[in-house]
Amino acid sequence: MFKAGHFTLKPAPFTYHDPHSVDDAVDLLARHENARVLAGGQSLMPMMNFRYAMPDHLIDLNKVGELAYIHVENNALHIGAMTRQRDLEFSDDIARHCPLLKAALAHVGHRQTRNRGTLGGSLCHQDPSAELVNAAALLGATMHVVSQRGKRDLAAAEFALAYMTTALAPDEMLAGVTFPLPTQGTAHAFVEFARRHGDFAIVACSAMLGLDGKGNIAKVALAISGLAHAPVRPATIEQALLGQKADAATFKAAAAEAGKLEAGADAYVTATYRQHLARMLTYRALEQAATSATENHHG
Amino acid sequence: MADTRTIAVTINGTVHNATVETRMTLVDFLRHELKLTGTHVGCEHGVCGACTVLVNGVSARACLMLVVQCDGQRVATVESLAGDRKLNVLQQSFQDNHGLQCGFCTPGMLMTLTEFLRDHPEPSEAQVREVLSGNLCRCTGYQSIVDATLDAAKKMREAAR
Ligand SMILES: Cc1cc2nc3c(=O)[nH]c(=O)nc-3n(C[C@@H](O)[C@H](O)[C@H](O)COP(=O)(O)OP(=O)(O)OC[C@H]3O[C@@H](n4cnc5c(N)ncnc54)[C@H](O)[C@@H]3O)c2cc1C
Ligand code: FES
Ligand code: FES
Repeated sequence: MFKAGHFTLKPAPFTYHDPHSVDDAVDLLARHENARVLAGGQSLMPMMNFRYAMPDHLIDLNKVGELAYIHVENNALHIGAMTRQRDLEFSDDIARHCPLLKAALAHVGHRQTRNRGTLGGSLCHQDPSAELVNAAALLGATMHVVSQRGKRDLAAAEFALAYMTTALAPDEMLAGVTFPLPTQGTAHAFVEFARRHGDFAIVACSAMLGLDGKGNIAKVALAISGLAHAPVRPATIEQALLGQKADAATFKAAAAEAGKLEAGADAYVTATYRQHLARMLTYRALEQAATSATENHHG
Repeated sequence: MADTRTIAVTINGTVHNATVETRMTLVDFLRHELKLTGTHVGCEHGVCGACTVLVNGVSARACLMLVVQCDGQRVATVESLAGDRKLNVLQQSFQDNHGLQCGFCTPGMLMTLTEFLRDHPEPSEAQVREVLSGNLCRCTGYQSIVDATLDAAKKMREAAR
């Protein structure tokens, strides 16, 4: 028998569980105190290696096959929590019906982390600048939550409770997510600024834009990450854009407002710099979305 | 009592039966139990890529997987690349192009690129640079690694013809 006595193991001791169904997983969550589910492990394993996270029970969802799926139905994209980021990146359904999600995924970590990392893991980790969290806010995703007590649905905004904290109760888990599909003719853009490719963004901005026959803005949504604990959907800026001409002057005015949104600071990045990035990236996102909207019209 | 499991994992074609603590990472199992020290371990939190191995043919951080999760799976490490004491095409291209200096990052680079070149036999330089974003090198400045990769891709295509 192999013994690990001669060197120290990184994670603190826990009891390992590997359920094969959602029923078994929620049963384990209900029965155990200080339990944590393990998805792709790309955020939880680092935290356990550092011993920031020390669960007594680790519930590995990697054998729960029913949590990995992608399908399109009733004008919505339905994705299981355990669907790998890599499978989303290469899904034809996503490329065709929800290109914004594909554009966001291109910025999520690296090939090796996307091979393991999941949609549900990213949303439950709730890093303030996670790209998938941003996409969920822009598209108005619905989170399907399960526990032994039953099921409930939460809007993306309700799900993001506080800094890196979701509205999930200790006995609950995320089973799946529904993304309403953007209506025909809307275009999108996803832009971010990060120190290196594959790093979490300092600020990220996504935009969804629909133009009417005259080239005026008929539909718009913006989501800006990196300012607060969750992506900001600036309702007043979105409102002000409606009916405007989709041109540089309009986008500059919107971007100037984005640059005035409240921003937090940390040890590395000042609030002023985050606001500067919000202004630049809002402009770029709107401009890129407008360019592809016009191409859609002519193509 | 430590939480343990008995597992069977295929590493570089050989089945290993072992009873392991469930909290043991794959990279610690490879290095400390099997003494397969080709796989390096740098940061132990997923950032550096030195520990990259292939699990069922797919690249993964061995510091972010528990070895129990590999029960019944196939793992390939850098030790699987050279046959008969002869470097494979990718390894030889690294040597020819100065794709390494200290060699610390090399096992992870090679495993990342083994998967990448299998899926992208005709990569552009931009694609190579993008896939390398997940592997840090503090010596080479990456240019020689990019050159080695493009050289290997070319030689593999020629050999396949
Ligand atoms: C080098 C590196 C770079 C990265 N860069 C980026 C980046 O640029 N952008 C980005 O967004 N992410 C990035 N990540 C993180 C990303 O890879 C992870 O995939 C993601 O944050 C977590 O997903 P996971 O499936 O690995 O979840 P895990 O790490 O397994 O879990 C994360 C958390 O969510 C909980 N959880 C997971 N699934 C569920 C569920 N179904 N129900 C309830 N709780 C659940 C876990 O208990 C844990 O608390 C990076 C990671 C690394 C190692
Ligand atoms: S040791 Fe695993 S990524 Fe650095
Ligand atoms: S060769 Fe030294 S780290 Fe890459």
